[in-house]
Amino acid sequence: MEIKADTTVCIGAGMCALTVPAIFDQSEEEGTVVVLDSTPPAELEDAVRRAVTLCPSGAISVV
Amino acid sequence: MSDLTLTTTRQRPFDPPDEIAELREQTPIHRMTYADGHLGWIVTSYAAARAILADARFSNRPELMHPLIPARMELAGDQALRVPPGFFLRMDAPEHTRYRKLLTGQFTVRRMKELEPRIAEITDSCLDAMEAAAKPVDLVQEFALPIPSLVICELLGVPYEDRAQFQEDTKVLVNLEIKAEDAMGAMTRISAYLYGLIQRKRAKPEDDLLSGLIENGELNDEELTGVAFLLLVAGHETTANMLGLGTYALLTNPAQLALMRDDPSAVENGVEELLRYLTIIHLGPVRSALADVEIEGRLIKAGESVAIHLPVANRDPSRFPDGDALDLTRPATGHLTFGHGIHQCLGQQLARAEMRIAYPALLRRFPGLRLAISPEEVPMRSDMSIYGVHRLPVTW
Ligand code: HEM
Ligand code: SF4
Repeated sequence: MEIKADTTVCIGAGMCALTVPAIFDQSEEEGTVVVLDSTPPAELEDAVRRAVTLCPSGAISVV
Repeated sequence: MSDLTLTTTRQRPFDPPDEIAELREQTPIHRMTYADGHLGWIVTSYAAARAILADARFSNRPELMHPLIPARMELAGDQALRVPPGFFLRMDAPEHTRYRKLLTGQFTVRRMKELEPRIAEITDSCLDAMEAAAKPVDLVQEFALPIPSLVICELLGVPYEDRAQFQEDTKVLVNLEIKAEDAMGAMTRISAYLYGLIQRKRAKPEDDLLSGLIENGELNDEELTGVAFLLLVAGHETTANMLGLGTYALLTNPAQLALMRDDPSAVENGVEELLRYLTIIHLGPVRSALADVEIEGRLIKAGESVAIHLPVANRDPSRFPDGDALDLTRPATGHLTFGHGIHQCLGQQLARAEMRIAYPALLRRFPGLRLAISPEEVPMRSDMSIYGVHRLPVTW
């Protein structure tokens, strides 16, 4: 799994960082998504998928 | 014309009106007549609600919107409802984006975690005052209102001495029964106060959100006033009503109350479930189509208004099985209580932090907490844009 994030559409709602703090953070300045590890370990893949559906702006996706 | 208009009358205090819940069983999107005679739509399914809220072809601009219920008639129309500068909730992208980007850094999960000790102190001082007061007390006045009020005032840098007038004015704003001129009066007073506060902070910056925004330099004073106004109003009565209504719901569901009080691992999800079950933004949001859009086989024409009935969507059995039950252990994330799409609540992580601290603190301080009147007598805010209880007399 590979995570893609588009900070231009991210609205900083923080659902990603709340759902999988090991993988997503938010930048200090703008609050937009920061992907800590774009190839998450297998045991976090489900949680990452959940974060993708919870994201209100469609800013994160997985391929 | 459609025979359907929006009812606000509930059969049971925690359940949305039966008539609207029944609509969801028929189709996800229905024709509905708005208070000004406009033939628009109401959306009741989870999937359709999410799709519309995430779709840029639906606008949140007030001048396009038709009033849902008669009490909001006078407030509609382009004169009264022009977006004030900085009031980005009612703007579309890219105008909305400019403001939202400036603020998201202040509301990150991490920032809100840093505020937790301060929220806990504020909560404790409110509980101390409540404990010292003569029983019974009104939980709304002693607990539900002051906590979020103090937190948001502190975040913005609004001095505590000024908050009494604020609570009066914001109450007027969200009351559906009041006359348009009274609402405008309250709005003008709040704005004038905030404008003055911004001048003071410009002269003497402090360590708060407003001073930070001033320093950033991107917004002029009118825009800053609008932003501060939005944060204050949006952060004030929302969380307050969740705390009041949530406590009422727990007091009438003792097994759920015990979970919230005794099991720290139940709190996080328990708060999500209370948010879902109670869905206090209960008469909207409303969006207006900018183009013809087909959703769930229905053609919504450009210019038509669409009301998203969040309480009914949040109980859609295809997303939340047995959604009419309050169950603090069910998987409750993904609810639409904070909206969805670009306007999804900016303050949601703050609201979560406040509720996660305040509910357990209240229930542990007063293990014998109970209603001081019979449950049927609790006055409900059926007619207000934010649902909740007007008063909640409790004893212990
Ligand atoms: C439990 C408490 C709360 C609930 C249920 C709630 C609910 C909502 C909802 C449903 C929206 C979206 C409205 C729409 O799409 O038209 C929203 C937006 C917003 N909320 Fe909240 N809210 C809460 C607490 C807060 C707090 C504490 C703050 C501020 C500190 C806040 C600030 C905002 C702002 C600024 C927006 C506009 C965001 C935008 O347009 O981008 N809210 N809220
Ligand atoms: S959930 Fe989506 S919008 Fe929110 S911070 Fe993460 S990527 Fe951005």
